[in-house]
Amino acid sequence: MNIHEYQAKEILAEYGIKIAEGGLAYSVEEAVQRAREIDGDVWVVKAQIHSGARGKAGGIKICKSHTEVEKAAEELLGKKLVTHQTGPAGKICSRLYIEAGTQIAKEIYLSFLIDRISERVIMIGSAQGGMEIEKLAETNPEAIIKVYIEPAVGLQDFQARKMAFALGIDALQLNQAVKTIKGCYRALRDLDANTLEINPLVVTHNNEIVALDAKMAFDENALFRRHKIAELRDNSQVDNREVAAAEAGLSYVGLDGDIGCMINGAGLAMATMDMIKLAGGEPANFLDVGGGASAERTEKAFRLVLADANVKAMLVNIFAGINRCDWIAEGVVQAVKNIDMKLPLVVRLSGTNVEEGRRIIAESGLPIITADTLADAAEKVVRARNEAVAQKEKTGV
Amino acid sequence: MAILINEKTKIIVQGFTGRIGSFHAQEMIDYGSNVVGGVTPGKGGQTHLGLPVFNTVEEAVQQVGAEASIVFVPPAFAADSIMEAADAGIKYCVSITDGIPTQDMMRVKSYLRGFPANNRMLLTGPNCAGTISPGRAMLGIMPGHIYMRGNVGVVGRSGTLGYEAADQMRLLGIGISTSVGIGGDPIPGSSHRDILERLEQDPETKVALMIGEIGGPQEVEAGRFAKENMTKPLVAYIAGLTAPEGRRMGHAGAIISSAGESAAEKVAILKELGVTICPTPSLMGQTIAEVLAKI
Repeated sequence: MNIHEYQAKEILAEYGIKIAEGGLAYSVEEAVQRAREIDGDVWVVKAQIHSGARGKAGGIKICKSHTEVEKAAEELLGKKLVTHQTGPAGKICSRLYIEAGTQIAKEIYLSFLIDRISERVIMIGSAQGGMEIEKLAETNPEAIIKVYIEPAVGLQDFQARKMAFALGIDALQLNQAVKTIKGCYRALRDLDANTLEINPLVVTHNNEIVALDAKMAFDENALFRRHKIAELRDNSQVDNREVAAAEAGLSYVGLDGDIGCMINGAGLAMATMDMIKLAGGEPANFLDVGGGASAERTEKAFRLVLADANVKAMLVNIFAGINRCDWIAEGVVQAVKNIDMKLPLVVRLSGTNVEEGRRIIAESGLPIITADTLADAAEKVVRARNEAVAQKEKTGV
Repeated sequence: MAILINEKTKIIVQGFTGRIGSFHAQEMIDYGSNVVGGVTPGKGGQTHLGLPVFNTVEEAVQQVGAEASIVFVPPAFAADSIMEAADAGIKYCVSITDGIPTQDMMRVKSYLRGFPANNRMLLTGPNCAGTISPGRAMLGIMPGHIYMRGNVGVVGRSGTLGYEAADQMRLLGIGISTSVGIGGDPIPGSSHRDILERLEQDPETKVALMIGEIGGPQEVEAGRFAKENMTKPLVAYIAGLTAPEGRRMGHAGAIISSAGESAAEKVAILKELGVTICPTPSLMGQTIAEVLAKI
């Protein structure tokens, strides 16, 4: 789960990391008011969206007067910002963070993340802050410092010092740097974050170490014990369909194609989507309906898939283990009737009680297309989709 | 032979008396697995499904000689249960539980590394369907009837895609020595490589099938291992050709977050390493049949 920059900064401040004076605004008036409350003659107006690379997308504006703050806020609020991380749909900006301008002497990169190879938290730093770390990894990998942290003992002072020296921190600021680095690690560990990135972390003209940006992402599996973090969720930054799915307890990812999918198991779902693509179609979504798919759950999944106006045909692929094909079949029949579904539907059932499941579909009297194998199912749904599209073009309906 | 489990392996169920634990314990017993009891703290001394319930894993090891365990404990407490099994001297543990926090798994792995290698519990999962040696023992939640006994060793991250593979093979008359689910989490107890190492040692296994997916370094690591250390052919399928970058596809670990983690990149690297790739998920059985025919 991602959070906003201002939320991450509030968290970091609690862990002893210095941040610039700032305030949140939901409106232009509030933005100007926040600027008035902050001393100085430079303010930074920052669009709060769940994405990095906001600067390049015009989401960060440096203002030298309250009038400029007003103009910047007018421009950003309600706007959809497109960065290379948001995809072409972009993300809507409905919150602004107004921050005091900072006099920068040096920019540093610092991040912490869970490394799947070493199975440890890894601390990554570079003296070349402000740059995208991915680019730096390609062009100048020696400029990146990595420190692995043993989970049983946590981050040690010597490791923090090692990082600080490698980042070119003066002896004057060493204690502050160690405090900042250790604070970041504790925030990641104590709050079950899986990423914490500060880019840039800066040394100011007054020799202070300040987090100028902050990005944190949290382990969804740990939110049950991090209630305060769970409250920071901002659904305006997430695909509407995914919000509805999460509420129904389904695992859903919206995609750009037009063949809706309902499958049990994440791996089989990915494999089925691959088959659709190989058969010449494009999946509209990833949807794992899970193990205990009741009739009610099946209907919810159908509604979710069909809520996407792009969907031209739908495929159900179930390999029943704990599930039973007859239960799934009953759920499918009920869902099609209750929703009054008009789009072509292909159903492939396999596994426990498959004959009974197929019988229920056959005897339902509904125009459901059945398939025996994965390949058969993918081909049939792509054909049904193509026919539906051709029909629509012909009749104009 | 098979690997990890056979008809003699003494199995206990952690989270035995719960609804899910009870259901699957009964399924495993019906399959013929040698389930000798279970653990539910506070219910020690009771009898459940005709078997003894223990307060601790240690008691189960001491009193009924438990060797393997299967964990159905809820995510908040699962890491603790896994470490308890390791401490008690369980040799092999399967964690079915889905949703264990990543940092908990990091601590579990660190704890396991603290044991000397010859005395360290093997863990597979979490977030997996378990392990089955067809016709001998099932330590998992899979539909046992779709697995036929034979010579193909299977390791995979996904449950239902593993069923799909087993079913395709059965329809072609191909059986399985052991099928191991390593689960869809970012920090798994065992990797593809760990299981391939064991399949290579197993005289009954003639061919290995790896069912991988997007995200993480595991499949490539396994491919490198196979090239350098395996005499048996390795066949692989990687799911997620259509998965967009940066999005989590159901499994906590199924996310493309750095170079080399997409399905296409993994397939390209594996091909170079000499691994036979199943071109589509519907051709897993067929590809295995072709490889078997050449042996």
